[in-house]
Amino acid sequence: MTMHRPTAPILLHRLAFARAGDKGNRLNIAMVCRVPEAYPALAEQVTADAVAAHFAPRRPTRVVRYDLPNLGAFNFVLDDVLEGGVNASLGLDGHGKALSFRLLELELAPTQKVQEALRVLPAAHAINI
Amino acid sequence: MTDMVRIGSGAGFAGDRVEAAVPVVAELARHEGPRFLIFETLAERTLAACQLARRNDPSCGYSPALERFVAPILASCLSSGIRIIGNFGAANPRAAAARIAALAKAAGFSPCIAVVDGASLDGRLSVAELAAREVGGTLLQGRQAIVSADAYIGATAIMEGLDLGADIVVTGRIADPALALGPLRHVFRWNEDEWDLLAAGTLAGHLLECGAQVSGGYFADPGVKDVPDLSHVGFPIAEIARDGTLTLTKPPGTGGRIDRFTVIEQMLYEIHDPAAYLTPDVVLDLTAARVEEIGPDRVRVSGARGHARPETLKTTVCFEAGHLAEAEISYAGPNAAARAQLAAQIIRTRMAEQAPHLLVRVDAIGLASLFNDTAGTVLAEQVLQARAQDVRLRFAAQSTDLQALNLLLDEVEALYCVGPAGGGGVRRHLTARLSSASCLVERSFTHPCATLLEEAA
Repeated sequence: MTMHRPTAPILLHRLAFARAGDKGNRLNIAMVCRVPEAYPALAEQVTADAVAAHFAPRRPTRVVRYDLPNLGAFNFVLDDVLEGGVNASLGLDGHGKALSFRLLELELAPTQKVQEALRVLPAAHAINI
Repeated sequence: MTDMVRIGSGAGFAGDRVEAAVPVVAELARHEGPRFLIFETLAERTLAACQLARRNDPSCGYSPALERFVAPILASCLSSGIRIIGNFGAANPRAAAARIAALAKAAGFSPCIAVVDGASLDGRLSVAELAAREVGGTLLQGRQAIVSADAYIGATAIMEGLDLGADIVVTGRIADPALALGPLRHVFRWNEDEWDLLAAGTLAGHLLECGAQVSGGYFADPGVKDVPDLSHVGFPIAEIARDGTLTLTKPPGTGGRIDRFTVIEQMLYEIHDPAAYLTPDVVLDLTAARVEEIGPDRVRVSGARGHARPETLKTTVCFEAGHLAEAEISYAGPNAAARAQLAAQIIRTRMAEQAPHLLVRVDAIGLASLFNDTAGTVLAEQVLQARAQDVRLRFAAQSTDLQALNLLLDEVEALYCVGPAGGGGVRRHLTARLSSASCLVERSFTHPCATLLEEAA
């Protein structure tokens, strides 16, 4: 059983999967809803602005969200967050492959929509984080 | 009339698992009809590294992974009628083809091998002309020399190679999905303006091009998204019908998983606008795509739409960009984070005094590295709150000034004796660096063509 005080934020990792891809200095992160019921909650809270703020230390110059309701997914495109990309970055992860999990660290407000999505998570996956 | 084409993936990148193709070939061999095995082994930089190798030795310049990938499956493919398509030709497809011919001969075969050329823009456009076509930056401006300039060409040349009767098609730079679209156009005779069909074939290629990334690789998150027997993950096979509908599966007895989640994640991998994924063959629109699980490890994908192909071709231009210097040292036990912080401060002070022009990045592995930034914003926040007991510091800089880079490496090594207490495990690396820029180039500068190996000899 998962127990949450109604005011405690919920980690995005509980409601979505994510995969990062790169092209040059541009990162995309596909975010896939674990259950269809998560779609409205994520559409409401995981906005392009919220993602831009979450990635602020990497100084995105533009963040766009593309919505794919037929796939239960969203695609985020973050410009200039790879510090030059795989061929120029001084960092260890020039591809930004690990940054999907940076996205999944985003905290959601425990709104009605979020609670509804949490209720229908498959039991085996209802891990408590 | 053929109604079904099977395409298996043998590799999704140059460093991929080399025996992964063996079960794929075994499964393809159990079926009749047109069957192909594709290898994608060219990252952006691979080609530039191969170009440098070719300059040193004209018989080199193909992917160093070629033999490792091809040798385990060459005989079984040739004896079962499975045709091989790979971009492992890199900067020298002809030499790669000759190498494969020699491998085949040693195994008692004499296959027909086609070579696809014409992606290189070297000599067709000056550096200044390329600079004028750069997108998303100005890295090429004022540059004197480049290492390589190669356009991502489309599927037509692969189709032509297969039309010539090739058992094996060797390419250099080519759009990754074209490795699958080429054979589909060869079998189904799709025209180059049947946009929805080209989109379906491109989507098949996009889903296959990264190997296991669609069948359970790059996916597992224990307790959240589990993948059975990931240690023996099976590489994907696509079954594509004449109308473009495709089913993804993998060889029986292999590990991994194919379901709507693995497929959707890979469908959006490296995609920007899902309504307009630009390839040389077609603009792919995924917004109406459907993904259905139709059986265990069987997923049907349909609904890809296509729009007229772009006028220009994406071109990757690589150039030498000095060296990357990296040095690491570790601190552990009580007060480790504070000792690491002091060490970082010492290096910053010393480098500011001796090589102020050099931008030095500091990571604290275990505290802030992957999510860190070169300016150190994240690291500063993390270190202040850290109670870490095991921290590995990493310093990095890139420059054409080798003296400054060596100074950084020496300063980090010196921390053994002049730094904080208990610093251990110094490692230092200096790596030559190739950087790349993207250009959009008119199609008229490329001349993609397929020729059979013996004709060219």
